[in-house]
Amino acid sequence: MHVLFFVLGIPLTGSLVLGFTGHRDVARNINVAFSFGTFLACCILTAQIIADGPVYVWDQQFFIDPLNVFLVTLTAFVGLTTSIFSRPYMRVEQDHGKMTPPRMRLYHGMYQLFSFTMLLALTTNNLGILWVAMEAATLTTVLLVSVYRTAASLEAAWKYFILCGVGIAQALFGTVLLYMAAEKVLGPHGATLLWTSLDAIKTQLDPAIITLAFAFLFIGYGAKVGMVPLHSWLPDAHAEGPTPVSAVLSGLLLNVAMYAVLRCKVLTDGALHSALAGQLMMGFGLLSVVVASFFLSRQKDVKRMFSYSSIEHMGLITFAFGMGGPIANFAGLLHMTVHSLVKSAIFFTVGHATQKAGSQFMSEIRGLIKVNPTVGWGLMLGVMAILGMPPFGIFASEFLILTTAMREQPWATPFLFIALGVAFASMLVRVLPMVFGVTSLKPLAHPPALLPVFIHLGLGLVLGLYIPPYLNHWFVQAAKMLGG
Amino acid sequence: MSILGLISQLMAIVVALVLAPLLSGWVNQWRARLQNKSAPGLLQPYRVLRKLFNKESVLAEHASTLFRMTPYIVFGCMLLASAIIPTLSTDLPLSPAADAIALVGLFALARVFISLAAMDVGTAFGSLGARREMLVGFLAEPALLMVLFCASMISRSTSLTTIVETLAHRELAIYPSLLVAGVAFTMVSLAENARVPVDNPDTHLELTMIHEAMILEYSARHLALIEWAASLKLFAYSCMGLALFFPWGVAQAHAPLELLLALPVLVIKLAIGGVLLAFIEIASAKMRIFRVPEFLATAFMLAVIGLLVNILLGVA
Amino acid sequence: MIKFVPQLINLFATLILMLSFAMISQRRIATLINIFAMQGAALVAASILLGYATNQPDLYVSAGLTLALKVILIPWLLHRVIRKLNVRWDVETLINIPTTMLVGIALVIFSFSLALPISRLSSSMAGGSLGIALACVLLSFMMMITRSKAVPQVIGFLSMENGLIFAATTVTNGMPMIVEFGIALDVLVGVLILGVFMFQIREKFDSLDIHNLEALKED
Repeated sequence: MHVLFFVLGIPLTGSLVLGFTGHRDVARNINVAFSFGTFLACCILTAQIIADGPVYVWDQQFFIDPLNVFLVTLTAFVGLTTSIFSRPYMRVEQDHGKMTPPRMRLYHGMYQLFSFTMLLALTTNNLGILWVAMEAATLTTVLLVSVYRTAASLEAAWKYFILCGVGIAQALFGTVLLYMAAEKVLGPHGATLLWTSLDAIKTQLDPAIITLAFAFLFIGYGAKVGMVPLHSWLPDAHAEGPTPVSAVLSGLLLNVAMYAVLRCKVLTDGALHSALAGQLMMGFGLLSVVVASFFLSRQKDVKRMFSYSSIEHMGLITFAFGMGGPIANFAGLLHMTVHSLVKSAIFFTVGHATQKAGSQFMSEIRGLIKVNPTVGWGLMLGVMAILGMPPFGIFASEFLILTTAMREQPWATPFLFIALGVAFASMLVRVLPMVFGVTSLKPLAHPPALLPVFIHLGLGLVLGLYIPPYLNHWFVQAAKMLGG
Repeated sequence: MSILGLISQLMAIVVALVLAPLLSGWVNQWRARLQNKSAPGLLQPYRVLRKLFNKESVLAEHASTLFRMTPYIVFGCMLLASAIIPTLSTDLPLSPAADAIALVGLFALARVFISLAAMDVGTAFGSLGARREMLVGFLAEPALLMVLFCASMISRSTSLTTIVETLAHRELAIYPSLLVAGVAFTMVSLAENARVPVDNPDTHLELTMIHEAMILEYSARHLALIEWAASLKLFAYSCMGLALFFPWGVAQAHAPLELLLALPVLVIKLAIGGVLLAFIEIASAKMRIFRVPEFLATAFMLAVIGLLVNILLGVA
Repeated sequence: MIKFVPQLINLFATLILMLSFAMISQRRIATLINIFAMQGAALVAASILLGYATNQPDLYVSAGLTLALKVILIPWLLHRVIRKLNVRWDVETLINIPTTMLVGIALVIFSFSLALPISRLSSSMAGGSLGIALACVLLSFMMMITRSKAVPQVIGFLSMENGLIFAATTVTNGMPMIVEFGIALDVLVGVLILGVFMFQIREKFDSLDIHNLEALKED
């Protein structure tokens, strides 16, 4: 019984259990326990990969290689810390009357199910199953976003469903076209959709079909990454759902969608002999960075502001992968990891801050450092990290991306600098009063869980200074595979 | 031109003249029967025509020459249209003129004259009917042209006789584009012949008249000619539909036996078509006037789709 | 008989396209659901035909799945929902129907031109239908955008899935079975979730007009 079955089986069982018991007080701890179990299983899996290298599981249906192994562990880790954060947070929400017992059951059940779909999407070798898992992830998060049942959250969930549903349907069309191209070379059976088989024969795939397929796949999965112009679901979903959901959306779902795009890009680059895929990614990535930073400067709601920051960073990551080459790919992978950690940390602190202030508007949150110093410092450090201050990891990856851009795509650098600058200024202007202003807020009823915040920020700091050898090895291998 | 060709042409004209009122009567009878009303006799239209021809014509004081000439012009157009559509045989001396586009032009000519005549006398109803008729025609004409193009794409010619010959004598094949074009053609012919759901031929209410409004001022022989022309138009459209979509049974050149067989075949086909028309009429409610553009836009779109499907699926 | 199969499949493809157009111009919501069910039925017929012609039993299973889901279960669910919510008409569309038709024609031409070079490369006997499938997908997408009530948006979404399954069936003789099951499950769950949402939207706003869901905008 391979450890992968535990990785997938634990969250699935967890969702069933919590679907029935999720309303009890102990459910919060059960949630943490299941997430911890998943994380342990992922650590064992990672140890196996470090020892043995890439592995196939169950008749080639699952495949773990340098590109997805660190994402798997990252997903499990962030899932664990978010579940720890969610303990006191949801307790306060229940006390304020925003969550009823059936909704708590739904919330906990869907949380574990969402972990399952993420891990399935990351570890599967079958592109069709990847699509199914992405769609399932959309469905679970739709239910999670709407869990408060307010008018705004219903609107956010509906928009999310329609926009991402449409996007995912385009991705299905792309998958069908991919299957069509593969069938000509491999013949029509289940193994034809396996990524590894396609990777082996990618130079024989018909370029015309693959061009169209990639266009649809990029539109589809790109909508889930938050690419402009299909991004409008992202701010609403982040702002209206519970904060743990915002944390996993920004930290995990965007990464997995990016992973799906990358898998398709590898195939496309092999089939076409032009840099079309890279150019598309560069173009839309740059567009997302610029548009997001300008929208960011006009936000009044704190969670919307940080969601635009997520769009901006994912745009930067897409741009990096679009450029290609060993340095840019490495930087992209590093950025994915650190952004996930730091952004979720920010959302943890923001969650507590909004609960304290009772509102998500930045004008009503003030003086966090006086009322609850840890929350205040957490937010301050988190924002510093996400804005790219050294020595945090984001600085390292942004530095690499920008220098590569200056060398290879100089036309893009003014846009990047302006956009990053605008984002820097706007966010700082808004966060400083939140942290240091004058306030009359009272402390929260339950002590906030801030350990996850500092663990994340600590990891972000560490990764900025030192990358462990096996992680470095994976990044280099994955960067090589991504080519360009 | 051969003797047989001449005979078939004359036969076509005579059959059109004789059968057209019969077709109208058949449709009216079935409409009444399906609505559980007592039906008028099958030969009622003939009696109406005879009655009208025996009456004295009354014209408005300000009626111009146009007003007096229009019934003859319209009747002539419809008769010519019925003559060039290959109803009985494809060997028609007039067939060089039997271009699909020319056919549409004939119908347009008739429409222009009757609209002008309606406005000629200066009554309110006349102008109302003329405007509405032009609205319907403006949208129906492109749709009809598209349908005809659809059919001509398959036979590579816009001549109706060529279309009929190609389709009738090819091996049986299913053409999806013709299915779509057929639906579009049905919609267009409902509009052009002033049938429910576009226009109720029985009504005399101001809000709902199109065709009737234009002919209110006519009487006696003028009215008779116009009524006959209307039934000839229905006959022509039905035969056009049969020629484009169900061309089997039409005789070819130099085949006198086929010519004799063609007449009963035509009668049977028209009978079935008439019953179907009656079904459509009683199953639909009349549309409001401003919905008619949507109806015809749909017909146009369907015809264009038929054309595109033809190109895409490469059905030759 | 076998030589009729490509023509029959083309016929069903054209039928599916016509039904997509019919859905765009339809105002009565109950009729919309019935047209959707008819589209599903045409899809089932095409799958069965293709399965018979190419001797692939997988296609029969896929056809059975589509029949159970798209022709029977989902239309029944939707009829129940509209009866409870009492929505009958969707009189206002964002752009009027003739303009919608014209845009639809443009989309059809676009998808046909996009698909023409690719359908020539297909190894299946019904490869020409890729353009039609893509056209159906785009038309459903347009329907989702131009409708102002929730139920037609949902039906547009489902019709898009229909187009995609049709593309998969005709161009590649069906996807691997496990993927088909996964897709079917996703669609079913999606519809259930949307159904629940519609009730809640109705509860919150007392109407299913999508214009109510435009409060969250950029300020």
